[in-house]
Amino acid sequence: MADAAIKLGTEPKTTFFDKVKGLLPEEGHLNLCLTCGACSSGCPATGLEDMDPRKFLRMAALGLDEEVTKSPWVWMCTQCRRCVYACPMSIDIPQMVFQARKTWPKDKKPQGIMGSCEQALRTEGNSAMGASSEDFKFVVEDVLEEVREADPRFKDMQVPINKKGAEFVLNQNSREPVTEPDEMVPLWKILHLAGADWTYSTAGWAAENYCMFGAEEEGWEQIVRHKVKAVEDLEAKAWLNTE
Amino acid sequence: MQKFKIEPKFRLESLIKYYAQWIREGKLKVNSDWNKDLKIKFTVQDPCQLVRKSLGDPIAEDLRFAVKAVVGEENFVEMYPNRSNNFCCGGGGGFLQATGYQDARRKYGKIKFDQIMKTGAPYCITPCHNCHSQIHDLSDYYEGGYHSVHLWTLICLSLGVLGENERVYLGPELAELGL
Ligand code: SF4
Ligand code: SF4
Repeated sequence: MADAAIKLGTEPKTTFFDKVKGLLPEEGHLNLCLTCGACSSGCPATGLEDMDPRKFLRMAALGLDEEVTKSPWVWMCTQCRRCVYACPMSIDIPQMVFQARKTWPKDKKPQGIMGSCEQALRTEGNSAMGASSEDFKFVVEDVLEEVREADPRFKDMQVPINKKGAEFVLNQNSREPVTEPDEMVPLWKILHLAGADWTYSTAGWAAENYCMFGAEEEGWEQIVRHKVKAVEDLEAKAWLNTE
Repeated sequence: MQKFKIEPKFRLESLIKYYAQWIREGKLKVNSDWNKDLKIKFTVQDPCQLVRKSLGDPIAEDLRFAVKAVVGEENFVEMYPNRSNNFCCGGGGGFLQATGYQDARRKYGKIKFDQIMKTGAPYCITPCHNCHSQIHDLSDYYEGGYHSVHLWTLICLSLGVLGENERVYLGPELAELGL
């Protein structure tokens, strides 16, 4: 029997592949692979760690759970979904990769991602760089003051924070307030000139979410819920994403 | 949000859509006269998060509309493939922050680097933070010599309101334009 050789024990086991199938809508179409290779030929991660999306799927289907879930390749797939876009059967390989990330113990996951996730959970603004909301507010006000003084065309420019009932709540990647605050200014100027009714929120202001990348579902959900609540508390009509 | 069965009481919107809308409505009076004689070429990265993973080709069109209005239609160069079919820059999914995976990230990004180099454009517009950092790093690492710029920088440049301290990602030929 061909598949007897790859069974590890005599007990029928639920493989990683079966588990993922059970989790995805329409089983992620995982059984429908035509082995055409369209996914792999258009995936920039093909060849890294001697892996590619088609191979990943085939190995998982064969029940090679250890090889699949423990491959560092799962951190090299960027979840870009180009393979799904190219696949004639819309097979959701990145979701499999995500599920494989979930099987890694916290201390084995890439530390940069995990650190960013922890910082975001620790701070009111969900900042992966650990910036506090007070610091964020301070930097914004400080930079605004400078611009108003430097350029008379913007002497009346406003950067509202926690303004209720604005049309947009705008988020902000932590990188700007923390390392290059002047990069926030062009966007403020655009919003000012366009006459947009917007505000920042000190709760959940940071745009990034590394708990998601780290496949830390609890943290991911906590952050999303916190940000949603912040926008709802300010009664905004839209959450405007800078990217 | 769908994943966690959250139904928010607000809309989720992308800034890119509004850039295009405000330009169409005449609220942002951009023009590309500054680049008429300079003829500096620009290409654009389609961020996966914005295009393939959420709003698709319509937002890629809005992005191009805004870019062309700002740099001039004749100074815009497509990379191939593009829009929903574009390649990921290699900075997504946490790759940029994944300590210990730097070599792999740059190998992944080589495709993006080659795509940009093929356009011959000295500027790649990157309307996403991960893309911006990654494409910037690729230029340094592989010595491409191109610049990675935010769209907001160019919009303000074309409006004549880009301040002195807001130009770190511009090359020398634009460092003083309109000051
Ligand atoms: S593109 Fe789809 S059908 Fe083709 S090999 Fe990849 S997963 Fe299988
Ligand atoms: S989602 Fe992952 S496997 Fe699919 S094309 Fe992108 S990097 Fe490759």
